[in-house]
Amino acid sequence: MSTASMPLTRRNFVKATLTAGGGMALGFHLPMLTAAAAPWTGDLDGDEINAWLVIASDDTVTIRVAQSDMGQGVFTSMPMIVAEELECAWVHVRAEYASANRSLREDRVYRRMGTGGSNAVRISRPYLQQAGASARERLIAAAAEQWGVAPAECRAEASRVIHDASGRSQRYGELAAAAAKVELESEPAIREPGEFKLLGRSLPKLDVPAKVDGSAIYGIDVRIPDMVYATVAAAPVWEGRLRSVDSEPAKRLRGVIDVLEFEDAVVVVADSFWTARRGLDALEPEWDAGEHGDASSEAFLARFRQALDTKGTVAEEAGDAYAALEGAATVVEADYSAPYLAHLALEPVNCTVHIQETRVDVWTGTQNPESALGVAAEVSGRPPEQVHVHNCFLGGGFGRRSRPDFVARAVAVAARIDRPVQVIWSREEDTRTGHYRPMAAFRFRAGLDEDGAAVALVNRSATHSILAGLRPEAVADGIDQSSLSWLTNSPYAIENRSIEHHLQRTHVPVWFWRAVGATQNAFAIESFIDEMANAAGTCPWQFRRKLLAERPDLIEVLDAAARFADWEEPLAPGSGRGIAVVESFGSICAQVAEVDVSKEGSVRVKRVVTTLDCGNTVNPRTIEEQVQSSVVYGLSAALWGKVDIASGRARHGNFDRHRVLKMAETPQMDTHLVLSGGDKWGGVGEPAVPPVVPAVCNAIFAATGKRVRDLPLADQDLSWS
Amino acid sequence: MITLTVNGTRHELDAEANMPLLWVLRDILDLTGTKFGCGVAQCGACTVHLDGEPIRSCVIPVSAAAGREVTTIEGLSPDRSHPLQQAWIEYDVAQCGYCQSGQIMTAAALLRTKPAPTDADIDEAMTNICRCGTYQPMRTAIKRAAELAREVSS
Repeated sequence: MSTASMPLTRRNFVKATLTAGGGMALGFHLPMLTAAAAPWTGDLDGDEINAWLVIASDDTVTIRVAQSDMGQGVFTSMPMIVAEELECAWVHVRAEYASANRSLREDRVYRRMGTGGSNAVRISRPYLQQAGASARERLIAAAAEQWGVAPAECRAEASRVIHDASGRSQRYGELAAAAAKVELESEPAIREPGEFKLLGRSLPKLDVPAKVDGSAIYGIDVRIPDMVYATVAAAPVWEGRLRSVDSEPAKRLRGVIDVLEFEDAVVVVADSFWTARRGLDALEPEWDAGEHGDASSEAFLARFRQALDTKGTVAEEAGDAYAALEGAATVVEADYSAPYLAHLALEPVNCTVHIQETRVDVWTGTQNPESALGVAAEVSGRPPEQVHVHNCFLGGGFGRRSRPDFVARAVAVAARIDRPVQVIWSREEDTRTGHYRPMAAFRFRAGLDEDGAAVALVNRSATHSILAGLRPEAVADGIDQSSLSWLTNSPYAIENRSIEHHLQRTHVPVWFWRAVGATQNAFAIESFIDEMANAAGTCPWQFRRKLLAERPDLIEVLDAAARFADWEEPLAPGSGRGIAVVESFGSICAQVAEVDVSKEGSVRVKRVVTTLDCGNTVNPRTIEEQVQSSVVYGLSAALWGKVDIASGRARHGNFDRHRVLKMAETPQMDTHLVLSGGDKWGGVGEPAVPPVVPAVCNAIFAATGKRVRDLPLADQDLSWS
Repeated sequence: MITLTVNGTRHELDAEANMPLLWVLRDILDLTGTKFGCGVAQCGACTVHLDGEPIRSCVIPVSAAAGREVTTIEGLSPDRSHPLQQAWIEYDVAQCGYCQSGQIMTAAALLRTKPAPTDADIDEAMTNICRCGTYQPMRTAIKRAAELAREVSS
């Protein structure tokens, strides 16, 4: 297959005369600032070859990254894609964030700037390769013109253009100014897998050094002259209102600058976060809970489960599932549920805003600088062109930082005081006013024939729909596709299927959480497949293989997991292995978990083997890191994850009641890439989250005979004898 | 006035006695390498050394640090040359990186008391939260740093 070269239009190439970053000159200081530590720099020395890269006279190449780095390594993988074509020496490469303001003014020159859906490489690889290839050809053209030779006689290597016939060569740093003025007649073709020199090699992440000495700047680390701090308490019941507050107890404290009342929140502004927090603690705001002051997780789940008694919207149908159930030799039935989950990124959400006469500056760690810019413009009432978002390193994202609610609040605070302000949410406030992974309830009925083969599946799900709140028009037919991942379009070949769906809503805000729908659904269906296998008297691995006969690619990944995990080696009573496989975000991931369960029912996950087919790779070591990250994230959710809603509000806000995995509880993690190559470029940040939860639950069944149908595990009685 | 020595530099501070050390470091001294994660000594992102001992600075009032030596991540080495920093880079440990200052400071205190830590020692000492789940490479890097430190001293 050949990739058509992607034309970069003339206006996408900004002349070297336009200063990088749109000519911003920012008058703020950062402690211990180094170029590598701050993910933005404003003005750069050097020549901009195109919007994606600047070459300095010392050969330093600064590559703009339009995606957000929240640990998944885009500050390295995106530059690698550009450098693959640019032929620059990797040692000269630095990364900085692309400007959302510039993208707005220059016809979205940075294209998609949101980060999510494991999409960074998948979407941007072709045009980043193109940007690198185009720059390389312009550097070659500049050298060829100086030497009076044909460009075709020259080649680029390790940040130099070389003319072999005459032995001449010049450094990129010497050619950059001329190259910036070159216009190519046509765009060069980009490389294909198999031709790569850099992609597929494990390189150290460029941002690690700044993260081992405290110099990496996160949103919460931004310091602007004359800046003050603020912290917020929002109505504890979502959709509630502030009735009244006596601000005097806070204002009496030394260091408190102001107390701001909002319709749904109170904010204290002070000379430090701690003083602001003390000020807030001194207040006794009276809240109007609104209509939802009695709501609870238990009542929600009862309502979701009740919905399962009726058919709902049929999302997918094949054959006659109900008739096939009637005629089945064995019917397997089970109900499952999954709770609301908080993201719990370690850096509490925060945002720093400075509103001046003709510009608004926003510093924050965001997964979507364009939506941050949009809400900042809207809330400040300024034209978007005047808003500058300086994206920072993200202290965890997991989906939480793709919602700009905290930016909107911070801009509203800044609009009411006359100085730059950093608004920081306390851990408790961050958690309690978060936006959660949806709650869901499931009902399954499956029919097996005399030989144990699956002949029918009826599945009903009732899921709090994210899209129903975000884009109601997208769910007009009663179906939220993001709620149905791995339930519809299943690769398991069951002839008679009825996949039915109930859109649910509560007043609790929901949002995308690492791997989203695939997480709650995979827990349910991959556990239920195990129940079917058990009813059929078949090994869960072999049972899946049979159902996946038409998907050899899935079987290959599944088999590799079983093989690497020594699936058939016997284990002692109380120990067990469980297997699961999920295809999500363009990648196939299988996992085998090995657990020990004490007779009292306490679970220890000892080992997780992961096999992943993401097709091709940019930076393999980062992929292994993302798999481990996904396993730990999934295990925390499986073991302890839930947001308890009582009296309409989230009961718990801090890590004492939101337990997460620590070093001592972390299993041995073995990761194997099973790469199918070709045209496949699958996602990496999320696909290893969905299967790990059911793999663990299936292992618990193997160890104890107890089937887990509700989460978290900490709430289940897993004792055995 | 409170006298505080941070990374070898003496500071005279006009801070309230009960202000946690974390916020003195971050909001008064602008030493932002030490992080805020929970405020209740649960996550360890705020770990610094007080006279060489690891403490969670979000719950230690600055008065308790007065007259003592505070070391933060910025003071661990002048040039990322501490064996842990080198091992962290070698094993590409950091992901989002937010917890890493606290993890490294906790590990540095561990290596001081146990120059050749066992897995059990690491499990016991390393109770900081990492939401990116870098625990496995972190364990490897701690052992590697112990090796590097022994190479230097031998």
